[in-house]
Amino acid sequence: MNNTATISLQEEQKTKNTWKFLLSELKPKGKFFTPFNIISLPIMLLGAVLIVIRFWKGIGSVTNLTQDVPWGLWIGFDVVTGVAFAGGAYVITFMVYILNMRKYHSIVRVTVLNGFLAYVFYAGALLLDLGRPWNVINPIIGNSFGTSSVLFLVAWHFLLYMIAQLIEFSPAIAEWLGAKRARKILSGMTLGAVIFGITLSTLHQSGLGALYLMAKEKIHPLWYSEFIPILFFVSSIFAGLSMVIFEGSISHKVFSDQISEKNHKSHNKIIHGLARICAGAMFAYLFLHIVNFVHGQHWNLINSPMGYWYLTEMLGFVVLPLVLYVYSYRKMNILLIKIASVITMLGIIINRLNITVIGFKWDAASHYYPSWMEIVVTLAVIFTEIWIFRWIINRMPVLRESPAWAKSQSS
Amino acid sequence: MNLDRRNFFRVLGLTGATLTIGTDLKANQEQDENHEPVEFYGILYDSTMCVGCQTCEFICAETHELPEPTDIPRIGEVRKTDETCRTVVNAFDSPIGEVDIKTQCMHCNEPACVSACLTQAMYKTKEGPVIWRGDKCMGCRYCMVSCPFDVPKFEYHSPNPKITKCDMCYDRLQEGQLPACVENCPAEALMFGKRSDLIKEARKRIVENPDTYYDHIFGEKEAGGTGFMYLAPVSFDKLGFKTNLQNKSYPELSKGFLYSVPSIFVLWPAMLLGLHEATKNKQIKNEEENE
Repeated sequence: MNNTATISLQEEQKTKNTWKFLLSELKPKGKFFTPFNIISLPIMLLGAVLIVIRFWKGIGSVTNLTQDVPWGLWIGFDVVTGVAFAGGAYVITFMVYILNMRKYHSIVRVTVLNGFLAYVFYAGALLLDLGRPWNVINPIIGNSFGTSSVLFLVAWHFLLYMIAQLIEFSPAIAEWLGAKRARKILSGMTLGAVIFGITLSTLHQSGLGALYLMAKEKIHPLWYSEFIPILFFVSSIFAGLSMVIFEGSISHKVFSDQISEKNHKSHNKIIHGLARICAGAMFAYLFLHIVNFVHGQHWNLINSPMGYWYLTEMLGFVVLPLVLYVYSYRKMNILLIKIASVITMLGIIINRLNITVIGFKWDAASHYYPSWMEIVVTLAVIFTEIWIFRWIINRMPVLRESPAWAKSQSS
Repeated sequence: MNLDRRNFFRVLGLTGATLTIGTDLKANQEQDENHEPVEFYGILYDSTMCVGCQTCEFICAETHELPEPTDIPRIGEVRKTDETCRTVVNAFDSPIGEVDIKTQCMHCNEPACVSACLTQAMYKTKEGPVIWRGDKCMGCRYCMVSCPFDVPKFEYHSPNPKITKCDMCYDRLQEGQLPACVENCPAEALMFGKRSDLIKEARKRIVENPDTYYDHIFGEKEAGGTGFMYLAPVSFDKLGFKTNLQNKSYPELSKGFLYSVPSIFVLWPAMLLGLHEATKNKQIKNEEENE
C-alpha cells in the first residue's frame, strides 16, 4: 500500500519535471536579433495578416487566380515543387536502410526532418488554397471517397507519408525527452516505416505529375506527355538529393557547433557520393525527355518563344548541371558540386512551374502572374518552416550525436 | 516438395472460389447491360434554329437566382460563362451569315470533373446531369483544371465559395419539369430527351436537310460523348468550338496511372524488403573493414 503511494508520488514528480523541461525548451535559444530573424519576422507577420484576409474575403482577394487558371503559385510552387525537393528523405532512407549504405547514415535524421517539415508546411499551404477547407475531412473520414481521383491518392499519400516520416524521426524525439523504452519501440518501427514511406513516395511523387494528365490540351505540348508521372518521379530523386547537398552545406555552416568532428570530415565524402547519384538520375531524366521529344514529333514547336524556353530549360538546367555533376565528381570539386545542386534546383522550379503555371493555358488571352501577396504568403510559409527546423535542431539530437544511452541501445 | 497436400488443396480451393466469384460478377454485369442499359438524358441544341434572343440566359438567371445578363451577343466578341452566369449565347460570322452558339456545361458521359473530384462533390447522376454537391466539396478546383471545356467556375471573392455550373436544372427534372432553358426557348432550338433518341433526331435532321446542316453532331463522340449536343450549319471550328478535343473520355488519360497503383503497392514493399535482406551482408563487411 505504502509502496504504491511512493511510486505514484514519484510518477507525479516525473511528469512535473517533464512539463518543466518542455516549458524551458519552448524558450528561444541564442541571439534573437540575427539578420535572418530581422528579415523573416516582418514577412511572417505580413503573411499571417494576408492569410486572415484570405479567409475573410475569399481567395481572390489575395491571389491573381482566374477562372482559366485555377491553380497558381501556391499549388505550382509550394506543393508541386516543394514536394519534389522533399524527395531527398525517401531517397536517403532507401540508400541507408534498404541498400545499407552506412556512409550516409549521419545525414538521415536531418533529411527526414526536412522532408517531414516540408510535407507539414506544404500540406498546410494546400489548406490555404482550398476554397472550402472545412470539408477537407470528407476524403479522409470516408463519407465521400472519390477513389477515381488522382488527387485522392495524392492527399492520402501525403497524410500517410507524414505519419511514416514522423515514425522515422521519432527516435530523435524520444532521445530528447529521455524516453528510453519509447525509443526502443520506435526504432524497431523504422524499417517498416521506411519501406512504407518509399512506396508512398514513389506513388505520390509521380501522382503529382499525374494530376495534370487530364489537362491534355491546356498544357503546352512540349511539356505535356503521358510520361509526366515517370518524369516527376525520376526528377524527384535528383531534386531531393540536390536539396540535401544544398541544405547540408548551409546547416554545416550555421549549426557547426552541433556537428561532431567525425561527421564534419565525412560530409564532403557524402556530398561527393550524392553527386554521382544525382548525375545518374539526371541522365535517365534527360534520356526520357529526349525519347519523349522525338516520340512526340515536336520539332515544329522548337522555333517559337515557348520552344526557346523549352531549350533553355533542357540545356541550361538539365544538361549543364548534369555535366557539372559528372565533371566535379571526377575532379572531387566540392564547391562545383554545390553550384551544380543550386542550378539543378532552379531547373526543378522552372520545370514544375512550366507545367503548372507558365505552360498552363499558354495560349490564353490573359496570363496568370502571381500577386505580391501570393509571394509573401509563400515566403512566410518557408520562413516558418525554417524557424521550426531551427528550433528542433537546437534541441533534439538531429545533427549532433545521440546520447550515450541511445547508442548502447541500438548496438 | 514445397507444395504439400494441404497447401495444394488450399490453393486449388482459392483458385476455384476466385474463378466462380469472378464469373458471377461478370455475368451480373452482362445481365445489367442487357436488361437495363444506362440511358442518360441530354439536350440537343440546333443552332440553325437559334435566333440569339438570350431568353435562355435570362430564364437561367431567374431560375438559379443569379443576376440578369447585361450584355448582348456581338460578332467578334466571345462572352464567357462565369460564377454568376451559367450559360451564354455568342454570335459568330460564317459564310452563311450570323450563327448563334449557346455555351454551358456539356454533361459528359464520363466527365473529367467527376473523376477528378476526390470527394464526389462533382457527381454524374444516373439521369445524366452532372451536378455539384456543396456539402462534399472542399474547393480544391481540380475539376476546373481537368474539365476540357473549362466549365466549372469558382467564387473567388467569397469566404464560403461555391463551384458553379449548369446542372441541367436537376431539381426541376426531379419534379418532372423540363430544364428552364429548354422549356422557354421561343425558337425551339433546344430539345430535351434520351441521349440515344436525340442522336437519332439529329441524324434525321441532317439527312432530311443536307443543305442546312454541317454533317456532324458535336458531342456525339467528343470527350467520350456528351449529354449536350450541337447541330450547326457550318463546321464547328468556325464557331469557336475546340477542335483539338479527343474522342476518348478524359478520365481515360489518368486510368493507366491509377491502375498501376495497386501493383506498385504490392510489388514495392516486397522488392524493398528483398533488397534490404540482400545487402545486409555488405553492411557487415563494410563494418569489418571500418574496424
